Amino acid sequence: MQPTLLALKNVDVFYGRIHAVRRATLHVRQGEIVALIGGNGAGKTTMLCTVSGLIRPGQGSIMLGDQDIVSRTPEQIVRAGISHVPEGRLVFSPLSVEDNLRLGAYTRPRFRQREGIATDLEAMFDMFPVLRERRAQPAGTLSGGEQQMLAIGRALMARPRLLLLDEPGMGLAPMVVKDIFRHIVNLRDRLGLTVLLVEQNARSALKIADRGYVLENGRVILQGTAAELLANRDVQRAYLGRELDE
Amino acid sequence: MFWQGEYECMDRGELELLQLERLQATLNRVARNVPLYRKRFAELGIDPYDVQSLEDVKSLPFTTKEDLRQHYPYGLFAVPLRDVVRMQTSTGTTGKPTVVGYTSGDVRRWSELAARILTAGGITKDDAVQIAYNYGLFTGAFGIHSGAELIGASVIPSSSGDARRQISIMQDYRTTALVCTPSYALHLADTLEEMNINKTALSLRFGLFGSEPWTEETRLEIETRLGIQATDNYGLSEITAVAGECLERTGLHINEDHFLPEIVNPLTGEVLPPGQKGELVLTTLTKEAFPLVRFRTGDLTALIETPCTCGRTLRRMTRIPGRSDDMLIIRGSNVFPAQIEGVIATTGIHNPHYQIVLDRVGHMDRATIMLEAPESFCTDSIKESQRILENVRIRLHTELGVAFEVRLVEPKTITYEAQGRIIDRRKM
Repeated sequence: MQPTLLALKNVDVFYGRIHAVRRATLHVRQGEIVALIGGNGAGKTTMLCTVSGLIRPGQGSIMLGDQDIVSRTPEQIVRAGISHVPEGRLVFSPLSVEDNLRLGAYTRPRFRQREGIATDLEAMFDMFPVLRERRAQPAGTLSGGEQQMLAIGRALMARPRLLLLDEPGMGLAPMVVKDIFRHIVNLRDRLGLTVLLVEQNARSALKIADRGYVLENGRVILQGTAAELLANRDVQRAYLGRELDE
Repeated sequence: MFWQGEYECMDRGELELLQLERLQATLNRVARNVPLYRKRFAELGIDPYDVQSLEDVKSLPFTTKEDLRQHYPYGLFAVPLRDVVRMQTSTGTTGKPTVVGYTSGDVRRWSELAARILTAGGITKDDAVQIAYNYGLFTGAFGIHSGAELIGASVIPSSSGDARRQISIMQDYRTTALVCTPSYALHLADTLEEMNINKTALSLRFGLFGSEPWTEETRLEIETRLGIQATDNYGLSEITAVAGECLERTGLHINEDHFLPEIVNPLTGEVLPPGQKGELVLTTLTKEAFPLVRFRTGDLTALIETPCTCGRTLRRMTRIPGRSDDMLIIRGSNVFPAQIEGVIATTGIHNPHYQIVLDRVGHMDRATIMLEAPESFCTDSIKESQRILENVRIRLHTELGVAFEVRLVEPKTITYEAQGRIIDRRKM
């Protein structure tokens, strides 16, 4: 079994007076794809933002390997090896595709890593050939699927150990979602990347994930292997859109 | 050999984190789905949210067999009945059984855990495993059965019954592993002698025995007489496959990633320090249909904290020498004296004076009930009293699943003061 890369213990998050995440304990092993599933407002996005330091938890510990990252700034967390692909992709629309990618390497010292960054840029273009075709085009002119690829590529430019993906399939056509998910599996298989994934579309998420956690009102109510969750009738009823009661 | 080495040999720190996340998810689920827990937590002002560590489980109330009976049949189910794929039963003290349900996920995990126990006991896919447990509502047989199939062993569900038939099967099918109660294993050894068959004529190598307490002496006897390596395992119909010995045979490894064990003082319920003997209390960590929080098993044991040389990091519990309540184990079936009394009462004999005498004939338990003849019996015809006795016998057998001999004794000859209600002459 691979060592644990990310471990949250008793993490509590408040949004003002709203208790968004309640005592979340979960772990992600090296090389795993772990999915967080749950309805709207279950606390999935909040959880990712807490890991990447965008939100400070009220309580609890977050360990990346053996370092506690709970009180670090987002920038320090990126340097520690976590990249976050936010919901809605948030590419820098007026900037070119290439500049968006280069911005992803912002935390890497440019004077020493110029070659490394250039190599990685080529690697991104190899992985997402459509981005090479559009390298000089403003990111805002890309299609949704292309923007998602760009957002992932941008996150990878920081050379993360752990990738946080928030709703990568949102608003995309099923075929495009399939393609994005295929890329995610590739990243794990080829680069050994670890992925924590939030997805409304629980079925596609669980299809590529190794394990998953089901959140409800900020609480983890179920955890298990992806196969176990896909077979769980509660999950099927609530999140897989399967009506069993007919 | 491990079945799920990544869990069985897990780093303790990682295991405890896994236990905590599973515990918290289980508590969130029972608080939402099981009326008994929702109500009880509310009454006691308990919020699953307050459980931040494994130690915090101490603050939660126990679940007892009485709770299970009171909420018979489905009151403790955490999922709708349509999600349940199997139901099994266990007998309780008042004659009212309890029902346990399992989802397909529960059944699959149960098989995995049974496969762990079988693997720890030496079983591989090359074995022919003869399961001489009573099938039916009794859970032991099914867990081992599906676990053995999962390993890929050849399963022989010979069930309970005629010992000579068992031995013929053993010879003909070249059974390599035997699964049954330890007393039945000895009974088979006796039968082997009666049939004048040498143990070397059999292909037996391993035996996994459970469902009743047994001693090291019994183990030695079984091993010598059947020519096998014998391991102990422990499970409960309410919980599934809890623990099993590895071939080191120095205690039963508890499947701690699925069950959180505690040892409590059986009288006060207070949690005892590590290593001390007391009642085993289990909280299920992955069960979906029938999760239990701090279930009082009634079994006395101690946790062994030192690591085992086999490489498993799962803690061991000592073999179970006895129970904390008055439950009797007769031929692998659980029987409570109160049940016997209840059955006798249904036959029209009220406030019966009786004694239960247990002894062993060969290696099989014999249970006799010495019943004081009620005053009315003296005047009635012998035929009539015979009819009533026969009725008691049949009722006991059908309701408790154990055959009793029932004998009538003179009125006022039973004195509980001298020996108590139960006379157990079986040597452990």
